[in-house]
Amino acid sequence: MTIRRRDLLALAGLLGAGSVLGPTGAVRAGMTTPPYRGPMKLDGAPKKTSVLVLGAGLAGLTAAYELRNAGYQVQLLEYNNRIGGRSWTLRGGDVYTELGGEKQICEFAPGVYMNPGPWRISHTHKAILDYCKRFGVALEPFVQLNYAGYVHSRNVLGGKPQRYAHVAADFQGYLAEMMTAALSKGGLDQPLAPEHLALLKPMLASWGGLDGSGRYVTGASSSRLRGPESISFEDASITYSQLLKFADVLQLGEDAAMWRGANHPGLASFQTTLFQPVGGMDMIPKAFASRLPGVIRTNARVLSMTQDESRVTVTYEDVSRPGSSLQASANWCICTIPLSILGQLELRIGAPMKAAIDAISYSSETKIGLQFRRRFWEEDEGIFGGFSITDLPIRQIFYPSGGLNTPGPGLLYGAVLHRGPPTYEFTGMTPAERVRRAVEYGAQIHPQYHKEFQNGMAVAWHRNPYTMGCNAQWTPDLIRKHHANARAIDGRFVLAGEGVSGHGWQDGAIMSALEVVERLHRRIVAAVR
Amino acid sequence: MSRAAWVAAIAALAAQIAGAEEAPADPVLAHPSKFIARNGGDLYRAICQGCHMADAKGARGAAAYPALASNPNLQSPLYPAVIVVNGLKAMPAFGDVLDDEQIAAVVNYVRGNFGNRYTDTVSAAEVNAVRPATDGEQSR
Ligand SMILES: Cc1cc2nc3c(=O)[nH]c(=O)nc-3n(C[C@H](O)[C@H](O)[C@H](O)COP(=O)(O)OP(=O)(O)OC[C@H]3O[C@@H](n4cnc5c(N)ncnc54)[C@H](O)[C@@H]3O)c2cc1C
Repeated sequence: MTIRRRDLLALAGLLGAGSVLGPTGAVRAGMTTPPYRGPMKLDGAPKKTSVLVLGAGLAGLTAAYELRNAGYQVQLLEYNNRIGGRSWTLRGGDVYTELGGEKQICEFAPGVYMNPGPWRISHTHKAILDYCKRFGVALEPFVQLNYAGYVHSRNVLGGKPQRYAHVAADFQGYLAEMMTAALSKGGLDQPLAPEHLALLKPMLASWGGLDGSGRYVTGASSSRLRGPESISFEDASITYSQLLKFADVLQLGEDAAMWRGANHPGLASFQTTLFQPVGGMDMIPKAFASRLPGVIRTNARVLSMTQDESRVTVTYEDVSRPGSSLQASANWCICTIPLSILGQLELRIGAPMKAAIDAISYSSETKIGLQFRRRFWEEDEGIFGGFSITDLPIRQIFYPSGGLNTPGPGLLYGAVLHRGPPTYEFTGMTPAERVRRAVEYGAQIHPQYHKEFQNGMAVAWHRNPYTMGCNAQWTPDLIRKHHANARAIDGRFVLAGEGVSGHGWQDGAIMSALEVVERLHRRIVAAVR
Repeated sequence: MSRAAWVAAIAALAAQIAGAEEAPADPVLAHPSKFIARNGGDLYRAICQGCHMADAKGARGAAAYPALASNPNLQSPLYPAVIVVNGLKAMPAFGDVLDDEQIAAVVNYVRGNFGNRYTDTVSAAEVNAVRPATDGEQSR
């Protein structure tokens, strides 16, 4: 089969930014990332060649780590007072001040944490998985799909939350029944060979829980999927469960966006197995940083960059001494500062890279972590990890995958919002108001909130001083116009990180750094020869 | 009462009930996937103040969100309208999620508040005219 350019562009339109895949799911089709080829080995770095890396997120940390291994002199400047960038974990005692000055003091109990940014790693993310393995960062499964979670709409069945298991089984069952009926009427315009028809019918029956006559009805077959209502050992009887009406299933699916956005459990980006670091996402940047002694300077806010034929010089402020102006200089510079910020810094770069930086907007995302006295979602409702989805403005509740089946207190994510109006609306509120509203809405799904709620943290990414947004919004059109210019080495300065990577995940940030380090190294070595 | 009068009365009552149900006390956070506010102040609260802040004074971190308060760039009402429609640098575009009237309302609100005292306004038709053309037609 040959793929025409037109097909690729159509695919890019489907997969590209602005699509519905959530903050990070979108593969930026049209951007080429070479596959991960295992630990990097770079030979022949000339002596005394220095590289300045800007930004200590995973991209900057990866670049610094690999360059140092290759023998370069490396210095890394980071604005925040911690390393990790978006790979960030909040724990009790942490203080977070957002843009506008609202300060949150985290009151989580020992052992309780929240990942306000990245929280899951796909099994397809080979580079980040390899670093975790090499650095001894323990991973555990991140539960994405949980059949015990709820699908909820205020407008369906009196607003009573329905188990995902029931809604999904009924959706499947009714579809299988319709297909079966259409098949027997010959109602398919794509005729099937008789031998394939013979395969399809029993497959539909077992996939959809149909009875012997191809019907989706209350009985043994449907209860095999959705579970029986009750089983009595006294008189050895089973009461099969009542089905939801198809109309209600459809309305629930629509209102709670069951098959839309990041909720579709079959999306390539969210297929099992997903992982998370045990104890918090920041375990990964911390593992990098412990291998970079003396390299990283935090509290260093980069303000401008100039360059000439031999050096790059960066001016920065030591934020512990407001108004101070310091300089750092090196032969080369890899910049991983998010494009949202870079667009406002004074940089001596050519017009094409400048235009690329200025063309990219950053999406909105809000996550709210709520601590409760006990893990009532596990104890009362049997929900261990995964999501509930709803038409309430909180849209998703996420139950943590760590510390399963332990006594409280525990934390769940009371709102998980990307793009869409509610994330903007929550961003405009004070953190206390965000938390209050998340508790108020969530209590419509879990009435236990009222009694068990203790405290919360609300992170709205457009108010994050270090990123000023969630991530870069490339579209197929923008990729065509600007991506090559964003990636080109401009004199002695080059961009890396999520902002220019082939996909918006942490693995994309790391892969971008690896690709840039290798490209720069080749350039440097070639110039010496 | 004539049959026609009955029908009209019932229709009016139904509309009233439906209206009462549909208009939430606060249009902010009232819909899971649409900005339903119509009034400029509500739209500012729903969208703009996330970055430009409740007092429109902006904020500064690694970079800055510009102040809209006392902002001389608001002299022409078309300039903010173009930015709301298309976005600017890191600021997302809102042309696809707001209609012309909503954009006019929020632009007029910002230009009449926060120390901005412009008395001229932008109309929905003028907002429509700044939308990027698609296939030779104005969008929407
Ligand atoms: C809400 C959210 C959810 C996400 N979910 C996932 C997920 O589940 N899985 C996943 O893999 N990825 C996820 N991502 C994406 C992931 O976080 C990013 O792809 C990745 O962390 C980007 O790394 P980076 O090094 O490119 O940028 P960053 O981590 O942003 O690092 C950039 C660094 O530059 C610093 N900086 C900024 N300005 C200056 C300055 N002027 N001077 C000096 N330093 C400066 C910043 O402080 C920061 O430390 C998510 C992101 C967000 C926001």
